Amino acid sequence: MINHVSHTTVWVLDQDRAKEFYTEKLGLELRNDVVMGGEFEGAGQGFRWLTVGPTEQPGVELILADCAMGHDPETTEQVRELVAKGALGPGVLSTPDCQKAYEQLSARGVVFVQEPAQRPYGIEAVFRDDSGNVFSLTQAYHAQVAP
Amino acid sequence: MTSPAVPTVFHLRRARDLIDRHFARPLDLDTMARAAGFSRYHFARTFRAAYGETPSAYLTRRRVERAQDLLRSANLTVTEICHLVGFASLGSFSARFAELVGVPPTEYRRQQVARGGPPPIPGCFLMAWGRPRPNKPSEQPGQRSPGSAISEKRAAESDS
Repeated sequence: MINHVSHTTVWVLDQDRAKEFYTEKLGLELRNDVVMGGEFEGAGQGFRWLTVGPTEQPGVELILADCAMGHDPETTEQVRELVAKGALGPGVLSTPDCQKAYEQLSARGVVFVQEPAQRPYGIEAVFRDDSGNVFSLTQAYHAQVAP
Repeated sequence: MTSPAVPTVFHLRRARDLIDRHFARPLDLDTMARAAGFSRYHFARTFRAAYGETPSAYLTRRRVERAQDLLRSANLTVTEICHLVGFASLGSFSARFAELVGVPPTEYRRQQVARGGPPPIPGCFLMAWGRPRPNKPSEQPGQRSPGSAISEKRAAESDS
């Protein structure tokens, strides 16, 4: 049966800026940056497969997807609106030290909407990526136990 | 692949993030509009169109939601919490709280203690979805606010 999550999609407004944000500001590792060229027929041609992931967790990749990927122009605009207005939250990233990560990321210009705060399951801060996606940054009290 | 300009709501969201970060400060419409880079009028109008409520209503609901969070978890007096979340007077805090939540702050805290402490829900979810619903008695069926389905679900869950 299903044993791991390997990829998940983060819709971004600009892949160049997202690549810079996720690698240089968040410190994630670049896994793939490939443009689907002439060997691909049809709608996939020209799309850019851009993925990143945490160095310590090789099995997981965030797909930094252009809002146009797989979408007609009207849907593309709707997705861009939702991302930009801050309606989407891809998930939770974990850290061994939330306060330290908050300070380092803030110094690099990452915008936090919630400072680190104690919660029943750990210490949590909340930030946005450069497109508007919101992430929780959590230092869990019990590692591997979902909040 | 990407359009050159970001959608207008991108700038509105920056102002909404400012409210979410600095709700405890005395934020006025000028400050919020500046964060979006819009004129006051344009900002108020487009914010309401995008998020379904005025910037000041959003700020009030954020303050009340943060007060609920502190009442559930922090060992502080109601007066301390009132000032911590940005209300200038206890009277206006209690009135707005009761109007949005349905019970005054002291009663809310008593209920939360009785049910055994804070719910085991991540804070980011509470912050995104936990704001009390705008009190709109005149709202017609079929003109539901964007958050209403979630509020109703929460209400249904807490009844069970």
